[in-house]
Amino acid sequence: MPKLTVNGKEITVPDGTNLIEAAKAAGAEVPHYCYHPGLSIAGQCRLCMVDIDKVPRPQIACNTQAAEGMVVQTESERVKDTRRSMMEFHLINHPLDCPVCDQAGECWLQIYYMKHGLYDPRMTDEKVHKPKAVPLGPHVILDAERCILCSRCVRFCDEITGTGELGIFHRGDHSEIGLFPGTALENAYSGNVIDICPVGALTDRDFRFQVRVWYLDTAKSVCNGCARGCNIEIHTNKHRTHHNQGKRVARIKPRFHAEVNKWWICDAGRYGFRWIDDESRLAAPGVTVDGQSVETTWDDAVATFAGRMSRYRPEEIGVLASPQMSNEDLWALRRLLDSLGVMHRDFAVPPREPGEDDKLLIRADKNPNTRGAQLAGLGPAAGGLDAGGILDAAAAKKIKLLWVLHHDLTASGFAASRVSAALAGAETIVFQGTNANPTSARAALVLPSAAYAERDGTFTNFEGRVQRFRPAMAPLGEAQPDWVTFGLLAARLGKAGTDVALTAQRADEVFAALAAAVPAFSGMLYRTLGDTGQMVSA
Amino acid sequence: MAELILSRNFSVPDAHTLRVYREGGGYKGWDKAKGMEPAAITEEVKKSNLRGLGGAGFPTGVKWGFIPKGSTAPKYLVVNADEGEPGTFKDRYILERDPHALIEGMLIAARAIDSRLGFVYIRGEYVQPWRVFSAAVKEAYDAGLLGAGVPGGGFDIVVHRGAGAYICGEETGLISSLEGKKGWPKVKPPFPAVKGAFGHPTIVNNVETLACLPPIVTRGAEWFAGLGTKTQGGTRLYSVSGHVVKPGVVEAPVSVTLRSLIYDHCGGIRGGRPLKAVVPGGSSAAILTPDEIDIAMDVDGPKSKGSMIGSAGIVVMDDTVSIPDALMVVARFYAHESCGQCTPCRESTGWIYKMTHRIVEGKGRKEDLDTILDVAKRGAGTTICAFYDGAVGPYISYIEKFREEFEALIRSGAHA
Repeated sequence: MPKLTVNGKEITVPDGTNLIEAAKAAGAEVPHYCYHPGLSIAGQCRLCMVDIDKVPRPQIACNTQAAEGMVVQTESERVKDTRRSMMEFHLINHPLDCPVCDQAGECWLQIYYMKHGLYDPRMTDEKVHKPKAVPLGPHVILDAERCILCSRCVRFCDEITGTGELGIFHRGDHSEIGLFPGTALENAYSGNVIDICPVGALTDRDFRFQVRVWYLDTAKSVCNGCARGCNIEIHTNKHRTHHNQGKRVARIKPRFHAEVNKWWICDAGRYGFRWIDDESRLAAPGVTVDGQSVETTWDDAVATFAGRMSRYRPEEIGVLASPQMSNEDLWALRRLLDSLGVMHRDFAVPPREPGEDDKLLIRADKNPNTRGAQLAGLGPAAGGLDAGGILDAAAAKKIKLLWVLHHDLTASGFAASRVSAALAGAETIVFQGTNANPTSARAALVLPSAAYAERDGTFTNFEGRVQRFRPAMAPLGEAQPDWVTFGLLAARLGKAGTDVALTAQRADEVFAALAAAVPAFSGMLYRTLGDTGQMVSA
Repeated sequence: MAELILSRNFSVPDAHTLRVYREGGGYKGWDKAKGMEPAAITEEVKKSNLRGLGGAGFPTGVKWGFIPKGSTAPKYLVVNADEGEPGTFKDRYILERDPHALIEGMLIAARAIDSRLGFVYIRGEYVQPWRVFSAAVKEAYDAGLLGAGVPGGGFDIVVHRGAGAYICGEETGLISSLEGKKGWPKVKPPFPAVKGAFGHPTIVNNVETLACLPPIVTRGAEWFAGLGTKTQGGTRLYSVSGHVVKPGVVEAPVSVTLRSLIYDHCGGIRGGRPLKAVVPGGSSAAILTPDEIDIAMDVDGPKSKGSMIGSAGIVVMDDTVSIPDALMVVARFYAHESCGQCTPCRESTGWIYKMTHRIVEGKGRKEDLDTILDVAKRGAGTTICAFYDGAVGPYISYIEKFREEFEALIRSGAHA
C-alpha cells in the first residue's frame, strides 16, 4: 500500500495501482486514450504523461505504478505543454468532421481538445486518407480516418472475447484498424468496441444518424435479456420525436459493475430493446366483445376480470407468472393468489431453444428474474400443478380460467399441440404483458404492462444479486406496472385488506413488504440496494 | 595500420568455413570460456569496457547483469542481426565472411547468462548472409559445437529471418517480431532482461558485439580495454559510405578520429572536393560539419558534438549534396519506417516528411523550418522506443546547421 503525493495531496493506494488510477483517487483527472482499466497497458497514445519528482522527463501514468514516497504532478506547465503537443499529434490527420460524426458530443478528441488542447493548428498539408464507412460486422462500422489507433478495440477482441478479429495494419501514419482476412466482427460482444472507442472511428450501425447524443436522456437500469442482470443505461430520445424514427429508446449502454458485468454487455442485450417501442406494444386494456378486441378503461377491465374470477373456484384457475416480472410484481401476485387460494401457478415455461452459458456474461436462462420468482414463491403451491400440468388441465377443461402473464405460449418449448389444446380448452384466457402476441390474440381480456424501462423495480440475478432498475420514461399509453394491476384487482375482489403488497402506492413499498416477508430479502430497501445491489441471504 | 581483430578473417579465403576459422585460431576463446565460471565471464566482459555496437552503446557486461539473480526461467540470447540503420553494413561482413566468430561469441555469452537457446534475427533482405550463417550453424552442429553436448545443458541456435522492417532492429520490436507478432516495440518496464522473448529473461546483443567476445576471452579484458579509450574498449567496424575515395568497412580502434577515418582510412573526399557534412553513426545520428570531425569515434566523441556514434555508419557528403534533399530522404525513411504505435512518432514523422518534401519542391514557407524544429522537439523523448529520438537527430541538426541553405531554397523556390 504505497503512500504517494499527487498535486500536493497525500494518498495511499493498493499495490500495483498505476498513476492514472492513483491520480483519480486523489481527485485529479489524467487524460488518456489508450488506457482502459479492463484491458492490458498499451502505452501508445502518450497523452497520460505526468511529472514525477527526480525523473527527468514526463512519464506515462498508465504504465507507471505508484511507489512509496513518489511525488507526482499532473498539472505542471511541462505536463500541460506535453498534453497540448499530444493533442496536436492526435488531430493533425483527423478529418475534423464533427458536424457529421455520430461521436460528436461524447468524443474524447472534442473533450480533451477543449480541456487540454486549444492550440492554433499548424498542419496545412494534405491529410492521410483512409477507408471510411467500412462495416466490420453486423453492428460496428469503421471510419479509419477518425481513428487515433489507441488499439482498445484490438485488445478487447484479443483479451476479453478472445476472438482476435481486429488488428492494426500498415505502418506509420498509414496504420489502420482492420479485420483479419476471412473474419468479421460478429462475436457476441462486438458492440463493446463502440463504447470503448474514445473517438468516432467505431460507431453503432444501429444508432448512427438517429439522434444527436446531447438530446438523449439517460436512466440507470438492468438488462432483462438474461439471468446475469448486466447493469445498463437506457438512453432515450423523448423531446425530439422527429428523430430516432419516433422511437423513445435510442440505445443501451453498459454501466460499470465490478462484480456483475465490469464494463461490458453482450450484443443480444445491447440491441434487444426494439420491443419496447414496437407497434405490438399493448397501450390500453382490451376486452373481446363478439370476437372483436376493443379498448377499454382500467376500471372496466378490472371489473371484467374480477367478475370472471368470481365465477370460478380457486382450483379452476391456472396462473402462468413470468420470470420477466420484477420482484415487486411477483410478490404482489403471490399475495393476491394466496388470498384467493389459487394453487395452480408456476413461472417456469421452457424456452423453445435452450440457451447456453458462455464464459463471459451470457446465461442460458434468458429471464432476468428466475431467482426472484423462485424466492417470491411463484412455483406451484402445495397440491398445485406446474406449468405443463396447468396447460393439460386447461385442455381437460378442469382449469377454466387461464391467466398468462408475459409468455407467448405458442413460441415456448411446449409442444404446439399441447398449447393449442390448452388455449382451446380454457373458458377464459386473460393475458397480461407488454406486447401483443399469438397468445394474447386468444385472450378475452388483455391487460397492458409497463416495460421494465418504464418503471421502478428490482430483479434478482442468478447469483442472487438484487438490483434496481429505474424508469427511463413514462409507461406507454395506459400500460402500468403489474403490481399496480394486481392491487386494483385485489381491491375489486375485496382481498386487498391491509396487505402492503396490494395497497402500496410505490414500488419501494412493495419491495419493503417482500423484504419483510421473505427472509432471503430481509433488511433490504431500495435505499440500501443503491447502484450495486445486494445479495440475497442464503 | 593497427592489428585487425574483428575483420582479420574478412579477406581470408573460405574463412566462413569451420576448417579455416579453426586454422586461424577459431573457437579457442570458447575452449577457454568453457573452463570459466559464468560470473567470471561477465566480469571479464565488464572489465573489457565492451559497449554494445548495435547503436545504443550500452556496456555489455552490465546488460547481462540485469537478468534477475537466481531466475530459474529459461533465458534467451537473441542476436540482433537486423542491421537496418541506413549507412551501416558491418554485421553483414561478419555474417558472410566470419560467421563462426558470431557462433563462438554466442556460446560464450550463453554460458555467461545461462542460456540454452539463442535466436539469430537476420534482416530479411540479407539473403546471402542468412545462407552463409545458416551453413555455418549446420557445420557447428555437425562438429558437436552446438546442441545437447554444449557444457551447461546444451545450446541451440534458431535462425530467424525478418521481413524487412527497420523497427525490428529495436530490441523489443525485434522480440515482438520474433514472437510472431507485429514488430511493435514494447512498453518498458518490464525490460527484456526481466521479461523478454516469450515472457522470459532475454538478452539482445548485436552481431559485432558478440564477435568481440572470443578475442576478449582469449587475450583478456585488459588487452581489449587498452585498445580503446577510457570508457570504451576495443576496435570496431566503421561502415563508411558516400563521397570518399575508398568506401567500405574499416576496422580501427575506437579512439580513431573521424577525420582520420575519412582522410587516412578511406582516402579522403572523391576528386579532392571539399567535405560539406558527415553523419557519424547511421542516419539517426545528428549531422556534423567539417569543423566537427576532430573527435574520437568512441561513444563519447560524437556525443560531445551533440551527435552519437550509433552503429558507426559514416555517411560522407561533399559539396555537391543538397542538405534539404538529404533531409527529405531521411524524413521519408522515418515516415515510412515508423511502426505507427505511438502517436507522436506516427503522426509527426509523416507531417515532417510532407513539410521537407514541400520545401524541396520549392513550395516551402518561411514558418516551415520553425514548425519542423518545434514538432521534432515536442515529440522527442515522448515515445515507447528510441526510433523517434533517432529521427529527431537529423530533423534538428540538418536544419540548425544548414539553415541558410534551407532558407535560400524556401526564398527562391529552387535549388541554387
